[in-house]
Amino acid sequence: MSAINGQSTNGSTATPKTPRTGGEVVCDAMLAAGVDVIFGMPGGASLPFYDSLYHYQDRIRHVLIRHEQAAGFAANGYARATGKVGVATSTSGPGATNMVTCMANDIMDSVGVVYITGQVARPAIGSDAFQEADVTGISIPITKHSYLVMDVDDLPRVMSEAFHLASTGRPGPVHVDIPKDVFLETTTETAPDQVNLRGYRPSKVGNARMVRKAAEVINAAERPIIMAGHGIDISGAADELLQLATRGSIPVVSTLHGVGTFPETHPLSFGMLGMHGLAYANFSMRQTDCIIGLGTRFDDRAVGKEDEFGPGAKVVHIDIDPAEIGKVLETDVPIVGDLKLTLQKLLPLIESRDRTPWLDQMNGWRRDHPSLKIPDSPDSVLPQEVVRAIYDISGGEARVIADVGQNQMWASQHFWYERPRMFFSAGGLGPMGYALPAAMGVKLADESQDVWCVTGDGGLLINIQEFNTLAAEGINVKVAVLNNAHLGMIRQWQEFFYEGRYMGAFLDNPDFAKVAQAFGLHGVGTSSRDEMHDAIAMAHEYDGPVVLDLHVDRVENVYPMIVPGTGVNSVIEDPR
Amino acid sequence: MNGTETHTLVATVADHPGVLTRVASLFRRRGFNIASLAVGHSEEPGYSRMTIAVEGSAEEVKQCEKQLYKLVEVVSVRNLTGAPAVTRELAMIKVRVKATERPGLAEITDIFRGEIVDVSKSSMIVQMTGAQSKIDRFLDVITEYPIEEISRTGVIAIARDDVGPRNGRARG
Repeated sequence: MSAINGQSTNGSTATPKTPRTGGEVVCDAMLAAGVDVIFGMPGGASLPFYDSLYHYQDRIRHVLIRHEQAAGFAANGYARATGKVGVATSTSGPGATNMVTCMANDIMDSVGVVYITGQVARPAIGSDAFQEADVTGISIPITKHSYLVMDVDDLPRVMSEAFHLASTGRPGPVHVDIPKDVFLETTTETAPDQVNLRGYRPSKVGNARMVRKAAEVINAAERPIIMAGHGIDISGAADELLQLATRGSIPVVSTLHGVGTFPETHPLSFGMLGMHGLAYANFSMRQTDCIIGLGTRFDDRAVGKEDEFGPGAKVVHIDIDPAEIGKVLETDVPIVGDLKLTLQKLLPLIESRDRTPWLDQMNGWRRDHPSLKIPDSPDSVLPQEVVRAIYDISGGEARVIADVGQNQMWASQHFWYERPRMFFSAGGLGPMGYALPAAMGVKLADESQDVWCVTGDGGLLINIQEFNTLAAEGINVKVAVLNNAHLGMIRQWQEFFYEGRYMGAFLDNPDFAKVAQAFGLHGVGTSSRDEMHDAIAMAHEYDGPVVLDLHVDRVENVYPMIVPGTGVNSVIEDPR
Repeated sequence: MNGTETHTLVATVADHPGVLTRVASLFRRRGFNIASLAVGHSEEPGYSRMTIAVEGSAEEVKQCEKQLYKLVEVVSVRNLTGAPAVTRELAMIKVRVKATERPGLAEITDIFRGEIVDVSKSSMIVQMTGAQSKIDRFLDVITEYPIEEISRTGVIAIARDDVGPRNGRARG
């Protein structure tokens, strides 16, 4: 998914002039993009495509999910874990509309997924045919680009453009809607050797003059701080980030998607900032005199109230998307470019500087505001302990996929991620139900990695049908359910901001261990601390998917917290 | 943040089905206000030119341009506000007039260099071309006549080239 691989070449495997069906064209394009696993569910309009997949099953593994939303989230996990493009497919109408949430999720989180949807046959388009929906009309505002392919001769070009667009520049979802009869027709066309889109020329190296100016501003700063975002991972710039930080003795905080782009046990790492970021990460944002934003869009959950965020600080912002620069913060040094290439130009200009007073100040906050201390809880297991236990038992080597809500924050906080692509979560759109299907995609991206899905009880139920996929496909994902019998974040907000008027927050759950067993999975439930540790150790060793229904404290809150609408000056810390 | 004003953006876009939907969807989604939008063929086959009059502050319109650029089918965007450019709009105005009132309306139309393009027993249709402000002014002047219908194209714009020094070489 590197932004620097330029114009992609098409790798059509067919000899020129050999007629191929539309379905075969799509399969060849997937192979050319290096895609070996796709996620989907067939339907009437996509049956011809499935007939092509039948003949490609030795080269492309099709994972039959149990709801199309899971296809999109699994493809997202696969894309993020591999750096390749993910592929999700469905039939027309309801199949395609079930993937709409996934497209919206991908565009918010800059994840390259190609969506192949069947459409009713061309003569039926516009006639309100069975399972017809205007899905390209629906997907316009939530995709990077979309196509309705009305001529099979266009399909080879469209497919190579789709993979190119999904994976280059700022990655994102691309939707290709293909009528049933276009899948069936044959073409002798092949894709052009190079994608040629006049309106699409992503930047490569940042402007040299601006890079020099950035170096001047950074070198002159007494209290600089690097804010590391998802762009570091996408561009593969973790090494350059490490060099920048160590050469300049510059502390690093990360956004939610930046977690792991800088080794979290490094002395210069000050963890995640933002609404549930660490207190010391947030304190440093009000004292800094130079914010170096790398591959971040200064999201509202990270920044809070803008005028308390680095007041008076110079802002250096490097991002590949020009529309993100100056969108939230006034920027002193705007640089549009690929991070890896741009940081390589910046690094030689960065002076090695002693910034001990600033680091001492930040370490003082770290000492006095230990945001990650887990309080004693004699009567219940705390959810943070579960995350910590997974960290300990996996030796910090597990890939962790978090759902949305409290579980997501605890999973980001209580595990120290040393590399990019170790922590996955749906940050921008925040769709509950993401974790289980995304974990399937992450696991199939590299089966040698341990994969833990950390989810709440609420989010699990949204896509719990995927227990069936785990069992049927033997996908070795460990599921830890932080079961507090609540929509926990809702309960927390109602406690904090609605004077405890709990409405729609309590969940009357089934026995998830039994549910797992009914799906043919190994399911264990417990509320005891010792058994929780034993169960995690067992799951770690067990050769196959496991579901752990861990009954944790029902009213534990996520700390620290910045009250929405306020800034880093108003951090609520754990009172215990 | 500057005050709100109308900016004129000229975009070259691929002539594909749905490109207008994409542009319109972007404006709606990001909350930009379109005052007018005119589309037609450009000098290059396969590409259309859109002239979009947008209301907003300079910062908002800058963001709007950047978002437009992100559309794959948008090849270029220029903000002609304040730049040397020719902008024109065409308006057709159907005015209810009695036979005795015709000379009066014809005279005003003539002063504004408009044209009477249709006459019926009870109405006349005036065609007016020019800068938007001229058409607005004409409409202000003829308020004494009952206006039955107005149809305006929205502005189209094209940048002027630099004339260059008098003894310089010919422009390319």
